[in-house]
Amino acid sequence: MVNKLIFANLGHRPLRTFLSVLAIGVEVTMILTLVGVSYGTLDASARRARGIGADIFVRPPGSSTISLSSAPMSEKVIPVLGEMPGVTLATGTIIQGIGGFDTIQGVDFPVIDKMASVWRKPGDPEPPAARAGGFKFLAGGPLKDEDDIIVDEFYARQKKLQPGDHIKLINHDWHVAGVYEAGKLARMLVRKDTLQKLTGSEGHISAIYLKLADPSTSDAFVETLKQKLNPGDPEHGYMIYTIEDFTSQLTVNSIPMLKDFIYVVIAVASVVGFIVVFMAMYTAVLERTREIGILKAVGAGPGYILNILFRETLLIAIFGTLFGILLTYGTQFMMAHAVPASLVQETVYGWWGIAACIAIFGALLGTIVPAMRAVKQDATEALSYE
Amino acid sequence: MSDQQSPSIQAVAFQNLEPLPAPVSCPPIIQVRDLRKIFRVGEVDVEALRGVNLDVSRGEFLSIVGTSGSGKSTLFNILGGLTPPTSGSVTINSKDLANMTDAQRNELRKHTVGFVFQKYNLLPTLTAKQNIQIVRDVAGRPIEFDDRFKEVLQMLGIEKRLHHKPRALSGGEQQRVAIARAIVNGPAILLADEPTGNLDSKNSDIVLNLMRDLNKRTGQTILMITHNPEAAAYGDRTVQMRDGKLS
Repeated sequence: MVNKLIFANLGHRPLRTFLSVLAIGVEVTMILTLVGVSYGTLDASARRARGIGADIFVRPPGSSTISLSSAPMSEKVIPVLGEMPGVTLATGTIIQGIGGFDTIQGVDFPVIDKMASVWRKPGDPEPPAARAGGFKFLAGGPLKDEDDIIVDEFYARQKKLQPGDHIKLINHDWHVAGVYEAGKLARMLVRKDTLQKLTGSEGHISAIYLKLADPSTSDAFVETLKQKLNPGDPEHGYMIYTIEDFTSQLTVNSIPMLKDFIYVVIAVASVVGFIVVFMAMYTAVLERTREIGILKAVGAGPGYILNILFRETLLIAIFGTLFGILLTYGTQFMMAHAVPASLVQETVYGWWGIAACIAIFGALLGTIVPAMRAVKQDATEALSYE
Repeated sequence: MSDQQSPSIQAVAFQNLEPLPAPVSCPPIIQVRDLRKIFRVGEVDVEALRGVNLDVSRGEFLSIVGTSGSGKSTLFNILGGLTPPTSGSVTINSKDLANMTDAQRNELRKHTVGFVFQKYNLLPTLTAKQNIQIVRDVAGRPIEFDDRFKEVLQMLGIEKRLHHKPRALSGGEQQRVAIARAIVNGPAILLADEPTGNLDSKNSDIVLNLMRDLNKRTGQTILMITHNPEAAAYGDRTVQMRDGKLS
């Protein structure tokens, strides 16, 4: 019977019900979108790092996990590492931020292409079981001239670029030489020497990728390399990882500021949800003063009235959560189609329950004051309420 | 079902109702002694009831007549356990209201006292049937109506209007639904506050006749408050309320 009353009440004020559901939906969407973008963008970065088939990754001392936008390492290190026993390929790259999350990466294209061409997954049964790879061009071809730039399919789609087009980045006019299948390094690649020149970093690089003859020796090689590059204190100085170790660090938990940012957004979203539900239920209780008086007149106690109000809120919160999840798919679709090269949003199913709990808890919290007002309402005054 | 059709249905329905035995002599179902109620309005004390004494017998249909502001609605609210008295004693069905907790007052309203209001006070979002059922639900009883109550609904002439919401019902129909709601849990006392105050004369007659028949056929104790002497005449006895006192 209480359910019938609740559904009747919700249907009686469809606009208020819709706005409450929408507000909670937006709250849930804010949380799920932020989490989805955080996870998605980091996962995409990890996939692109793995995509070139390197086994070892070397970063300069003190660099951050998510940004390599500087070139403090001498490229003279590359041949030194390349000559080490077990190393089949060594290449350096330089990375330059161009605003927002976008970066442009300078590469030694023939080497990086070769590295990506024959790559093995760690744990493959019979290394070197090779599989064909390398850069696959959907249009145009590789970097040749010093002003050439190649872009991945998402960046090309977002910026509507085709081979032969020109694009101005870091105050330089680039000629689009090709569009490659996404999944390798940055979304824009140029010649390393050109980027070094443009950024005043001649002879310097941001990171080094190494390919080993036997990837199963990666862990041992890392230890050897640490001893070589950081003599006396292997854990400080150059940051050396297997590619798997490096990509496993690209998580929300390993980036404290991102985690804090997510918490702040969750807090803001929860406050918004709380206020909306508080206002909606407060208005509902005011509007239903007479009805609450009627229920009291027929013997309904505080428990019965609280049951109605909290169940109504719970229903709104559940509908809001479901609506929010649907909205999240909407934002995911929009992001994938409107700005495919900027941020990548994943569906993080594990957060559905968390977002639902946050939304429901906030909504129930927002109902406490209106509900207490309803319970304390004097029945005779309520019955004379117009 | 229009209001005009009600009496014929009533006549049919009454044939099915068993006549009750004549009331036996027993203590009054309502006993009020030296009842006083003072309201604080701003910084002024307003004495709404000034020592009311009243006995109502089981099965009696009592009318209390008084002008606006005479204190009859205050008496109604106290008898229904909606508001506590300032002093004096009120005994309903052998239970002293003065010593009752809020929870016990709720129990009183669930099982012992039913209300009929001037403005019907039906829940606008529910159908007539649901308005009656929710009172069963509040009392923790099964919401489906038994055969005896279905006969009462027939007697009230609303059995075919149960699936309509209040806004689709006439004033008379709404008040008959309100009467059904008030007696669905079989209360010992039916309190009616100006039950015909919002009705035209034809619907007033229908409602008052129904209340009188309910009283005669089922032995329902009814205490009706009205300012209309003609309406009061439907009761077995009429008492006058003036300036917070009964005479």
